[in-house]
Amino acid sequence: MSNQPKFKRYIWELPVRWCHWVNMACIVILSVSGFFIGNPVSFGSSASDFTMGWIRFIHFTAAYLFAVSVMSRVIWSFIGNKYSSWREFFPLMTDAGRKKTVRMLRYYLLIDKEVPETVGHNPLATAAYVVLFGIYSVMILTGFALYAQHAPQGSMHKALGFMYVLFSDQGMRLAHHISMWFIFGFVINHIYSAWLMDIKEHGGEISSMFSGYKFTVKKEE
Amino acid sequence: MGKRLEGDGRGGVEQDLLRHDCSIGEILKQRGVSRRDFLRFCSAMTAAMALPASFAPRVAQALDQVKRPTLVWLEMQSCTGDTEALLRSANPTVAEIVLEILSVDYHETIMAAAGHQAEGALDKAIADFKGNYICVIEGSISTKDGGIYGTTGGKTHLERARQVCGGALATIAVGTCAAYGGIAAASPNPTGAVGVMEAVPGTTVINLPGCPVNADNLTATIVHYLVFGKIPALDSHGRPLFAYGKRIHDNCERRPHFDAGQYVEQWGDDGHRKGFCLYKMGCKGPATFHNCPSQRYNEKTSWPIAAGHPCAGCSEPHFWDTMSPMYKRLPNVPGFGIEQTADKIGLGLVVGAGAAFAVHGALNALRRDKEPNEDTREG
Ligand code: HEM
Ligand code: HEM
Ligand code: SF4
Repeated sequence: MSNQPKFKRYIWELPVRWCHWVNMACIVILSVSGFFIGNPVSFGSSASDFTMGWIRFIHFTAAYLFAVSVMSRVIWSFIGNKYSSWREFFPLMTDAGRKKTVRMLRYYLLIDKEVPETVGHNPLATAAYVVLFGIYSVMILTGFALYAQHAPQGSMHKALGFMYVLFSDQGMRLAHHISMWFIFGFVINHIYSAWLMDIKEHGGEISSMFSGYKFTVKKEE
Repeated sequence: MGKRLEGDGRGGVEQDLLRHDCSIGEILKQRGVSRRDFLRFCSAMTAAMALPASFAPRVAQALDQVKRPTLVWLEMQSCTGDTEALLRSANPTVAEIVLEILSVDYHETIMAAAGHQAEGALDKAIADFKGNYICVIEGSISTKDGGIYGTTGGKTHLERARQVCGGALATIAVGTCAAYGGIAAASPNPTGAVGVMEAVPGTTVINLPGCPVNADNLTATIVHYLVFGKIPALDSHGRPLFAYGKRIHDNCERRPHFDAGQYVEQWGDDGHRKGFCLYKMGCKGPATFHNCPSQRYNEKTSWPIAAGHPCAGCSEPHFWDTMSPMYKRLPNVPGFGIEQTADKIGLGLVVGAGAAFAVHGALNALRRDKEPNEDTREG
């Protein structure tokens, strides 16, 4: 109960938290710079200015950081604690996960009143994270494929050769552009849900992404 | 070339067939092309092949000695724009050299012979020089309903392509239609038009897309073969790297304005008059690989972006479908009505999600939750 004394539990290890906030910062930077790449404003007052040049430089620098961060999180899902494990992201694979998903869904759809308190990720959130990581892959693959075209036949261009076989250039551009909006869609849902569960669970949901700790009635086994 | 068409006896299909024994150098001398013009041509070709200038003497030497190849030129579903591009070169001496090297044994549009005589010339050329002649194809090949939508001399284009490309040393697909199907292959592609590579798989095909092909690139491809004895290195779309190895956007003369942030916002505005970047007017230069910025068209006179028009992406596979709309940077979103931009759809999504969660939040604020008990509690 909310008025019960609670135990402090270490849930999110340092790499999980770092990746989360680095990703968020990168997405903000990539979206702002990407917006100006997609809808450029004539900032330049002389041909020796370099405004678009800098905007693209920022985009590509953040892009490298973002790609490294995303990959680090994927690798961590194989070495980190059970809350960060890749298994968490496929709740429908286990019986307990399926039950929890149904409870969660009923709560979100305002059918059940009982708050399904969660120690690690909640199963609906992980489903959204899987989709999000799919969008990340689209962004990274199309982004680097478009980027590598400044040096055709270079090593990056060759490594991404399959992208040019599968997709047209303009198709990749469109996918890269519209997937930014899909990320925005996720973020709205995500921040709302984090806020909602922070209020409902009384477990320190939002601060857990900073500190790593959540607060639970039961003691850690 | 105009002279040959008038039939002054200096060229002509029949005569050309007899002169395969002379080297190109000898032919040019016979034609009265000056050594100076010839060397100038060799430097131009060296540059077109993206080789250092020091290669020019080697090119000249090789061309002096090498025999002129047999070449047949087939018209498929096309507008003949590539032939036009070849014939309309402004500079007569260079054009003459080009045509001399490319001197064709069979070319439906420009040959003097007609009817059975013409078909006979083709049959003779491909039989006599089996495995050694170069085939140039202009136009796309219809494949639907057995290919009946395009026929010449009573044979479908598909049949002709199989017959002629099959025995060729190499086939050069000139223009976007021959390379990838081009405009005829644009959705819904009523004739099932495809490029040569797709129509005749398994043969050696060099794609020289462009609408039209840049005649210099065609000549350079053949000169490359004559000088090095092999076809040039190709990219994954079958295009020679010397001509299609760099992106237009990276060699564009307006690129400083792109990096600076100076864009044409409207046709004829101040920026347009000053030569600013055409990115916002739908330029496909960032997605297009071709040497237009350096090689230009019509004896290096100009090219679309120099003339103030955004690149249409004409030398990319399926450009008519993938590069449209011509004056917008991004394609329309498939499945939505035209004129629905990605941003409009995205904004709708975001507003919709925001509204849905606002309602959810309000309903949540109103309801009374139940605490989980010892059994249902996870932690
Ligand atoms: C969350 C991640 C990202 C977001 C939100 C994002 C957003 C955008 C947007 C909106 C554009 C403009 C697209 C257009 O209208 O043409 C763009 C362009 C681009 N982005 Fe990203 N991007 C992201 C990640 C990446 C990554 C990882 C790379 C990899 C290098 C990358 C490389 C590029 C490139 C090369 C362009 C085209 C630039 C140009 O043509 O000058 N992006 N990005
Ligand atoms: C661009 C914005 C954001 C993205 C893409 C994003 C993405 C993610 C992802 C992928 C996770 C799973 C963490 C993991 O296992 O590695 C996560 C968890 C979390 N995020 Fe974010 N996040 C964003 C912004 C925020 C913000 C602004 C907040 C704070 C209000 C926040 C709070 C949290 C919390 C509390 C969790 C743990 C929730 C759980 O799964 O139980 N996030 N986020
Ligand atoms: S005009 Fe086109 S190709 Fe040239 S810099 Fe601008 S966008 Fe690139």
